[in-house]
Amino acid sequence: MAVCIAVIAKENYPLYIRSVPTQGELKFHYTVHTSLDVVEEKISGVGKALGDQRELYLGLLYPTEDYKVYGYVTNSKVKFVIVVDSSNTSLRDNEIRSMFRKLHNSFTDVMCNPFYNPGDPIQSKAFDSIVSAMMVQAC
Amino acid sequence: MAPARVCSCVPVLEHRRADAPPSATGPRRGRTSGRPGVCCSRSGMDQGSAAGTGGTFISLSDSEQRCYSGLYALCQPDSTGKPAAGKVAELFRASQLPAETLHQVTEVCGAKRLGYFGCGQFYVALKLMAAAQAGLPVRLESIAGELPLPVFVGITNELEMRYANHPSTNESQPHILGSVSAPRPPADRLVLRHPDTSMDKQEAWSPPRSPGISPPRSPSAYRNYPYGAQRNGTDTLLAYDGKVPARPSVPQENSSPSHYSLKPQPEQPVITRVASVERLVERVEVDYSDDPWRITEEQREYYTNQFRSLQPDLSALIVGTVAKNFFTKSKLPIPELSHIWELSDVDKDGALTFPEFCTAFHLIVARKNGYLLPETLPATLRPGFVEPGVVTAPPSEATQPLIVFDDHMMPGANQLEMGSVGLQMTSRPGVTAKQDVRDETRKPEFSPKRIPEPHEKQIQRVSTLKPDSPQELDANMKSRTRPRSYSSTSIDDAMKKVEEPPTPPPRPQKTHSRASSLDLNKLFQQSSQGAKSGWLPPPPALPPRPPATQIFSFIPGSEKSSQKAVQQPNFADFSKFSEEETVVTGALSTEDLAPPKSDSTVLHQGHAPQKPVRRKLHAESQSATPPLATPYSAATLTKSTQRPPPKQKREIQMAIRKNRETNAVLTRLNSELQQQLKVVHRERVTLESQLELLRPVAST
Repeated sequence: MAVCIAVIAKENYPLYIRSVPTQGELKFHYTVHTSLDVVEEKISGVGKALGDQRELYLGLLYPTEDYKVYGYVTNSKVKFVIVVDSSNTSLRDNEIRSMFRKLHNSFTDVMCNPFYNPGDPIQSKAFDSIVSAMMVQAC
Repeated sequence: MAPARVCSCVPVLEHRRADAPPSATGPRRGRTSGRPGVCCSRSGMDQGSAAGTGGTFISLSDSEQRCYSGLYALCQPDSTGKPAAGKVAELFRASQLPAETLHQVTEVCGAKRLGYFGCGQFYVALKLMAAAQAGLPVRLESIAGELPLPVFVGITNELEMRYANHPSTNESQPHILGSVSAPRPPADRLVLRHPDTSMDKQEAWSPPRSPGISPPRSPSAYRNYPYGAQRNGTDTLLAYDGKVPARPSVPQENSSPSHYSLKPQPEQPVITRVASVERLVERVEVDYSDDPWRITEEQREYYTNQFRSLQPDLSALIVGTVAKNFFTKSKLPIPELSHIWELSDVDKDGALTFPEFCTAFHLIVARKNGYLLPETLPATLRPGFVEPGVVTAPPSEATQPLIVFDDHMMPGANQLEMGSVGLQMTSRPGVTAKQDVRDETRKPEFSPKRIPEPHEKQIQRVSTLKPDSPQELDANMKSRTRPRSYSSTSIDDAMKKVEEPPTPPPRPQKTHSRASSLDLNKLFQQSSQGAKSGWLPPPPALPPRPPATQIFSFIPGSEKSSQKAVQQPNFADFSKFSEEETVVTGALSTEDLAPPKSDSTVLHQGHAPQKPVRRKLHAESQSATPPLATPYSAATLTKSTQRPPPKQKREIQMAIRKNRETNAVLTRLNSELQQQLKVVHRERVTLESQLELLRPVAST
């Protein structure tokens, strides 16, 4: 279960960012921001090959002592970042992948909405609900 | 004890109806003796109460009775059967009469004297209010005649909800005869099921069960406020009233078992109605158009015309941008439009089918009229919604947009003259090639003139194809999304890719492993003149080739060239040329070649790959094609006169020829597919570049 989920546009500004313990939001925003560098580094490294074959799932971007940050990039350079609690060791790689896939699916749904202008903040309730389902249940 | 009985007339003093059996009234009277003046009995006169009300029996019409009983139930939350004063006051206020009038009413009906509203007083009060609303003075005399029902504004929703909660508690009392504590209509019905078998008694009570007239009247009054503040109340009231007519579909039988069996069924709708009004309205046979989430005939006509203005073909899609411009004209804020789109585009393809368009339009209309948008799509608006019990012309060519598209290849459109009923039965043709669930919408609402459209045939075909879609309908709309293609490498994604091809071809073993398209089959069929159905095309024809080349190496140069000439036509003509021609030429050539090949046939015998070739040739020989058979048999005859090995050799050569043909066909297919791949790739690049163009410059 994620503690923070962010969708970042191609130009590296956030389209959607949400974290669970809302008091620590600033910390998560900062974490996501710094993770963008790692994302860039990863995707630039594979850039020489065909774009198609670049893996969308980037895997663990970097671990901090409290959190682990995972990244995922779409073919149109939209980045998804998931911040996961380090103490949650039961989270397997496949689960993270499936989370990203769900995110990507609902992101595409949002994109398909003609009333959504790419680049706007995502305000779709369906997207919100998907994200909520993936977040840690605040206790 | 609460006198929650529905009475046909208010017992004031006298007996109006003498036909009520005294036995029925007796026990009731006894029960009600503790509560003076509360119970209404048709014939019985309750002690003391009548005096309180002042004098005459006032008979209620059936419709009034039903209405009043319903309202009475609304006001009676507590178990003692006394209408809660608060509720009654609310109801009175809802009648929009001036306070003074209400006071008068209260006084006249006797509640003031009694201190509470009994059943009788309540009914009298209601009638007095009706009279007051009709302009008559508040007097008992004025209510002696027939009056229209009193109109209450905005009172019903909360009461209805409260009422709706009651039956659940009331469920446990199906067998309590007469001693119903709370005056709920189910209780009324329970009383009806009283083993008291008097026909009259049941007649007296049956009206509440089978209101055919009363509810429509109040809805007609409510219909003036379709989108007013009382909308929810209206809906619930109507839904409730509508529910009651549903029950009278069962004839008023005397047999109590049938009544009992009736009981749970009406309860369910009421209980579920707490959850959603729409679902209840579904069950109601009467179509109350006041349900905001239900599309009426006129609305549907209007939507159809609008759809046509955007896209003349009702079965096609409206592109997202077109729809966006259109809906933006409605001047709703963009986030709301966005939400409406999310709700209505169930297959998430960025375009609207006709049912989706109707849904979206309807939501916009509702929103403009003040209804709040729901979080999820109401059941009545879902594309797969079908009104119960209505069988009309099959609808929806509009519901089959993708089905129509993907069924282009379906032959034999003329198998259908099935009646509309038949189509209705087969109902939901569901999954199209896109794996989206597009089901027929509200069929009954389509005009019959659309029947003769050719789409029906496709509906029929698809419906026969996919009869199992109804289950998928409402449950997992969202899960049926378009195929997602991501280039991820996880196992799940790989599995997902496998399921992605919309029509996973069943990998026909008989054809080439790559030949998943139909073209190849067609080609082969053409090549075989339709006769070689049993012919197994050769497997990737590598094995036979080496022997062929070896054979060729042994053949004298002239024959080699001739044979090559034979082979060339195969390359050039693929399958278009008749097989017999090649066979004939092959036969001729092989005949020519036969004599000199005698020495080379020895090689054939020892060559392993010959065996599969021979098998195929046997299959070939089994085919009954005259054109094929004759040259072949001629060849074989000629050969048989000679030695057997040349025959085998010829067979092999024919097999080789066919293999080459296959190769040619496959090569062509491959090039076509490559082209398609390029096209798709180009499209993708275009889309991505467009997306980037649309994105604002990163200066935010």
